[in-house]
Amino acid sequence: MRLEPREKPSLLITFAYPALAILAVFVFAGFLVSLSGANPFSVFGLVLKGAAGSQFALFETLTRATPLIFTGLAAAVAFRAKLWNIGAEAQLYMGAVATVVFGTGMLPLPSPVLIPILLIVATLAGALTLLGPAFLKVRFGVDEVVTTLLLNFIVILFVSLLLEGPLKDPMGMGWPQTKKVIAEAQLPKLIQGKRLHFGFILALIAAVAVWIINTRTALGYEMKAVGFNPRASRFAGMKVDRVMLKTALLSGGLAGLAGLSEVSGLKGNLTLDLSPGFGYAGIVVAMLALLHPLGVVAAAIFVAGIFVGADAMSRAAQVPSYIAQVMVASALLAMVTAVMFTRYRLRWK
Amino acid sequence: MGALELLFSASLWAAAIRIASPLIFATLGELISERAGVLNLGIEGIMTVGAFAGWFTVYQGGDLWLGVLVAALAGSAFGLLHAILVVPLGLSQHVTGIGITLFAASLTYYTYRLAFPEVTSPPKIEPFQPWAVPILSDIPFFGEALFRQTPLTYLAFIAAGLVGWFLYRTPAGLAVRTAGENPAAVEAQGIDVTKVRILAVVAGSALMGIGGAFLTLSAFNSFYFEMVNGRGWIAIALVVFGSWRPGKALLGALLFAAFDAYQLRLQQLAGAFVPYQIFLMLPYALSILALIIMSRRASYPRALMIPYRKGER
Repeated sequence: MRLEPREKPSLLITFAYPALAILAVFVFAGFLVSLSGANPFSVFGLVLKGAAGSQFALFETLTRATPLIFTGLAAAVAFRAKLWNIGAEAQLYMGAVATVVFGTGMLPLPSPVLIPILLIVATLAGALTLLGPAFLKVRFGVDEVVTTLLLNFIVILFVSLLLEGPLKDPMGMGWPQTKKVIAEAQLPKLIQGKRLHFGFILALIAAVAVWIINTRTALGYEMKAVGFNPRASRFAGMKVDRVMLKTALLSGGLAGLAGLSEVSGLKGNLTLDLSPGFGYAGIVVAMLALLHPLGVVAAAIFVAGIFVGADAMSRAAQVPSYIAQVMVASALLAMVTAVMFTRYRLRWK
Repeated sequence: MGALELLFSASLWAAAIRIASPLIFATLGELISERAGVLNLGIEGIMTVGAFAGWFTVYQGGDLWLGVLVAALAGSAFGLLHAILVVPLGLSQHVTGIGITLFAASLTYYTYRLAFPEVTSPPKIEPFQPWAVPILSDIPFFGEALFRQTPLTYLAFIAAGLVGWFLYRTPAGLAVRTAGENPAAVEAQGIDVTKVRILAVVAGSALMGIGGAFLTLSAFNSFYFEMVNGRGWIAIALVVFGSWRPGKALLGALLFAAFDAYQLRLQQLAGAFVPYQIFLMLPYALSILALIIMSRRASYPRALMIPYRKGER
């Protein structure tokens, strides 16, 4: 058995295989759902209804998609340069920490000044969190997968320390949480009375910005080249290490913005459950989007829909909401497999 | 007791060896896989599966050793999935490994919730009890530290010896090591590289599964969410720290665990002055530090993460 590159993948295969992958995910999830005794079709109906069945559901899905767009972009940018940033969770939390440090009254400024400042500090906080592992990678050759993964645990403990110490809300009845950000630091709601906030627009702007960087700038070209073949890039005169560090700053910064958006746009303060794994889900989003920044938006909405829909479904049917995580993880595996088969064909001989 | 006296207490070293046990299994598992040229980032999820499968078997009335066996089989099943995706299909080992971890962990949690829809306190089992080795356990200090452990701990040390013997003293072990260094040479011997790599990943994943099961069958007596808590990632760091050699990796795991046991006791001593989170951070920070120190001298298996395609160079 061996793999043979397809000379020219047909348009049909390019679209049919990923579609088959998603179908396979639903068949597999349907099987798991049936184990609980529920009817898979009615359960998926409930998921769909919960994700997109009403105006409320749709807004809820877009709200959940917002941090996923940021973390998805973070993974997409890094993976394109083969910088394996698995630490978006840590970068998100550091962005959130920066937001509450500067946004809870330290800077009594009007919104139009304060919010740009918060955008900058949250980006920097996320960027610097990834700069460490990226520096260790280029300077000492330390594998960034392990360091970014381990940093996730360290940062969560650091946040826990802050929430029980310096950043603890004195009026919080003893709960480990920070003060609410001041009104001037809040991102406006997009529609009065709904949870969807300006962070979603920021996420869309970020996606377009990354797309422009990727396709229209020298850095975008260099990141792709370094990811494709670092040796050839070095030979061509690129400063590969410097490109890696720039990629890290961009990727970490995007993840940091997810933290700002969740705090300033949605939750108002920082708690230890700010992110239910948005950093890890961002990896899935990026892979489903084939690392394309605009695809990330669509993939994030799809993944968010599964999460929001499954939450609503599990309230109505007796199926554990963990089915959403299973679907998202199997979508990742199915999609990378399907994409491989659009580029290669299997030869038995 | 002072901070220094602690170092010479037998109970500290007994605890260190207990803490090291799951790490030894997991590190050996990752080591075999990487020596064959395959990075297995599925480790964290595979350990979760092992922890649950072993515990659930015993909870259903199975024998403790049957639980260990089921954990190994469950671990190797997910290892096989990883192996198929990255060896013959040549998918990115990073992305696939993370995918396997997410998949295995979420599937475990889903199954747990299916089996126990509404439990507030996790159901318990009767775990492995310490077994004092006759005569040896009576030696002062060393007896208490080394020879009054649970059977799975003894198994961890035996496994380290077996893996070392296998890798360096058997033809199959040579094939595994060569598959990770120079796969074309394995092919030239008429041995199928794909088969060697798949088997190495599957066997390694079985060890990871047992490492997870140690947590539920020996260290604790029930299954908790997130209970693996980064031990898989630490094992990956330990493989680098041990320069891909079983003996050194075993030593690394013991050193690491001794440090962890020490900080746990220090925490009780200095807990009033230093926030407990600082102590909890230390194992992860230590792993990163170990990576930095060792990576300068690290000699990665040369074909690690490089898919092998027949006839391609």
